[in-house]
Amino acid sequence: MKLLVCISKAPDTTAKIAFTDGNTKFDENGVQFIVNPYDEWYALVRALELTEANGGTVTTITVGTNSDDPTIRKALAIGATDAVRIDAVPKDAYYVANQIASYAKIHGYDIVMTGKETINYNGAQVGAMIAEILDQPFVSLATKLDLQENTATLERDVSGGVEIVEVSTPFVLSAAKGMSEQRIPNMRGIMAARTKPLQVIEPVASEELTSVVSYSMPDSKAACKYVDAENAEELIHLLHTEAKVI
Amino acid sequence: MSTDRFEAHDYYLMDELLTEEHKLIREAARAWVKKEVSPIIEDCFEKCDFPKHLLPGLGEIGAFGPYIPEEYGGAGLDQISYGLLMQELERCDSGLRSTASVQSSLVMYPIWKYGSEEQKKKFLPKLASGEWLGCFGLTEPDHGSNPGGMVTHFKDAGDHYVLNGAKMWISNSPISQVAVVWAKDESGRIHGLLVEQGMEGFTAPEMHGKHSLRASITGELIFDNVMVPKENLLPGRSGLGAPLSCLDSARYGIAWGAIGAAMDCYDSALRYAQERIQFDKPIASFQLIQKKLAEMVTEITKAQLLTHRLGTLRDEGRATSAQISMAKRNNVEMAINIAREARQIHGAMGITSEYSIMRHMANLESVITYEGTHDIHLLITGMDVTGIPAFS
Repeated sequence: MKLLVCISKAPDTTAKIAFTDGNTKFDENGVQFIVNPYDEWYALVRALELTEANGGTVTTITVGTNSDDPTIRKALAIGATDAVRIDAVPKDAYYVANQIASYAKIHGYDIVMTGKETINYNGAQVGAMIAEILDQPFVSLATKLDLQENTATLERDVSGGVEIVEVSTPFVLSAAKGMSEQRIPNMRGIMAARTKPLQVIEPVASEELTSVVSYSMPDSKAACKYVDAENAEELIHLLHTEAKVI
Repeated sequence: MSTDRFEAHDYYLMDELLTEEHKLIREAARAWVKKEVSPIIEDCFEKCDFPKHLLPGLGEIGAFGPYIPEEYGGAGLDQISYGLLMQELERCDSGLRSTASVQSSLVMYPIWKYGSEEQKKKFLPKLASGEWLGCFGLTEPDHGSNPGGMVTHFKDAGDHYVLNGAKMWISNSPISQVAVVWAKDESGRIHGLLVEQGMEGFTAPEMHGKHSLRASITGELIFDNVMVPKENLLPGRSGLGAPLSCLDSARYGIAWGAIGAAMDCYDSALRYAQERIQFDKPIASFQLIQKKLAEMVTEITKAQLLTHRLGTLRDEGRATSAQISMAKRNNVEMAINIAREARQIHGAMGITSEYSIMRHMANLESVITYEGTHDIHLLITGMDVTGIPAFS
């Protein structure tokens, strides 16, 4: 079984967020990056569980520069067999998906797994686009994945319940919370990651279909206002004129 | 205990001095501690319960002998990695770090440095994985700061040695499979002996009533005509310098560990000061609170720089015992002062088990005393700069 897991870096949740280049770029200066949790905790760990039970390999793939290497090494320390980095600045979802699909098309994988989204851009598009380019089925937001030979059974949370989906390999999925548990790299894994292959390859020519006009910060949270319990009139006035919810 | 909300503060961008592997090792240890230890540590401390089930996990994250070569089950890492691991453990609890630094520096280190090949192969892999626990017997009831005065001794009885005496204040001892015991031969020279659990005449009763390091187990070592096989003597080195070299390694780890405890106290105090409202504003807006916080982060930063430099010197084989004494002494005092100031900032909440502060403070009272007391380390520095020993 050959599995391909898409790994992206994301700022640590405690990072201070700022923008550069006229608010069109995220300022990476001084930011500590982590492996995007949906890629790591759910997609990668479930892929490892499947190959540990059934045999096979887990390759991670990342579209990024050498600043992504620490997060890729962490994925290797957690247990991935090898890693591929497509040496390019990820421009938009289509660009990333096109790079990954181009690689996957040549090398052929039973399942291509992504996290449901990155926690910084929250686009949730890459998985679906990879599937489209590869002309393979796509299961989004999967919370459970079991495999019997070439048939996969997946669960998805839907409004008021769970949807169970069956699909044959090869296919593409995006993993959501519930698919597996966080796995902390152990020392043996960290040591092994030193020598695991991290192949850096050139990107394929690809269009950039979207561009960012600007980013802006959300309004800072206003201080809590206390209204006297007897003063309903003021409460209604504030809800109407300030909060604008009534 | 409430959720572990610890965030590390890196005021002087010290992370830029670390390799990516250093950071990965530290993050893995921190994640493991938050997941496995933080939820139970207050309870362990309160009940004086040693969380023995954590030993394999400590082995997994590399906390046991990380600098021991891979062929003996270690990770072959550098001294900075060892320090970072001790920092992350003591960030949670000094008792947890004590268990790991005794195993690493006082048990695995002497076996690695002074043991025979057979001893290394027999003991080190099991100690590295946490399958076995070890302890270090140097301190005696009447010989603490003056270990050279020890009375524990052994006699050559032909095909074995006969060991008699007693050791006290021994971390890990009641549940250890092996004790590295320092004892005098018939000529009065100090040697290391590997005394194994189950040897006739060897007992390790637990010591009770500690108000500090309650999540770590402490005991005695009692030797009553214990027959120790000759192959259990550490052949590589004898004399007081042998155990003191182990203490150098352990004290180095403590210097890093104390930073962890201080970081935890500072982080908690900073957060509390920003969230606690008095006189309609966060107490962090008051000058006296800011003074405490500013001094805390200044002292932590100085300790981080001191300790990182010491790690580099150790990696280069150039760190002296006196330099290690200075770092241990400075950092533990720094941590205990920060714990006390942090307790003040937390107000009455600071004395409860809702916060780690009081536990750190109680633990650090042991840390400032064991592995060379605060005063002895000062005298080591004094001797180093004057050339005159003030304690002999």
